[in-house]
Amino acid sequence: MENFTPVSALIGGALIGISAGFLLWLNGRIAGISGITGGLLSPGKGEIGWRALFLLGLVGGVAIYRLAGGGLQSIEITGSVPILLIGGLLVGLGTGIGDDCTSGHGVCGIARLSPRSIVATLVFLGLAAGTVFVTRHVMG
Amino acid sequence: MRSIAALAGGLIFGLGLAISQMVNPQKVLGFLDFTGDWDPSLVFVLGGAVVVAFIAFRLVLKRDTPVFGARFSLPDKTRIDGPLIIGAVLFGVGWGLVGLCPGPAIAALAYGMEESVWFVAALLAGLGIARRLN
Repeated sequence: MENFTPVSALIGGALIGISAGFLLWLNGRIAGISGITGGLLSPGKGEIGWRALFLLGLVGGVAIYRLAGGGLQSIEITGSVPILLIGGLLVGLGTGIGDDCTSGHGVCGIARLSPRSIVATLVFLGLAAGTVFVTRHVMG
Repeated sequence: MRSIAALAGGLIFGLGLAISQMVNPQKVLGFLDFTGDWDPSLVFVLGGAVVVAFIAFRLVLKRDTPVFGARFSLPDKTRIDGPLIIGAVLFGVGWGLVGLCPGPAIAALAYGMEESVWFVAALLAGLGIARRLN
């Protein structure tokens, strides 16, 4: 467990929780990134601006962190282009069909004690861990 | 005001993903790899976020309406049904393949990597297909 970073994990997690509380308090919306993004694809009236700005802020928050000299100046994304495309497609399709992702179900849904979200989170975490086991330890 | 609130909310979220390092797929894969050199950090991120959101939601939902809106838009589905499970299965496999879920995938665009662009393009395509199926 040499890579374990509990303090920055808790601080970052708390910020994500604050963001979710903030969006519900001010705009009455759930901070599920897949749902916010998906809503841009066939938007109703008044549904484009806030969604686009939230996502812009998401990228901007990381950009500000980097400019301010944050510790994580580079990241590593591994996988061939076909794997990246298949992975992205499955994540989009799955979160679209299952009504959201790690933030929507894992953070906001569990915070609302929604049984749907608790089940979804256990299923996607389990499948993700199973997939990593297969790619790293069975095939790798 | 709704726009400024959304932008600020996104900025705080993005900052949280960067500070917690969840924007780095290797950090997430380190958590998902239970039989390898396991890194429990993601539990602390999710736990911290859930505890704060749980308290915040309780306080916020004492109000009748949000500050800048007519009503709270909360999910109305309660059934644990096929689409929920099938969706979670597909999402889990995709997440495990690359280590990116939707928030970090979009936030990682700030690193300007070609890999991010491929992934997000496919993510949008997947969301588009799901909307047609739903």
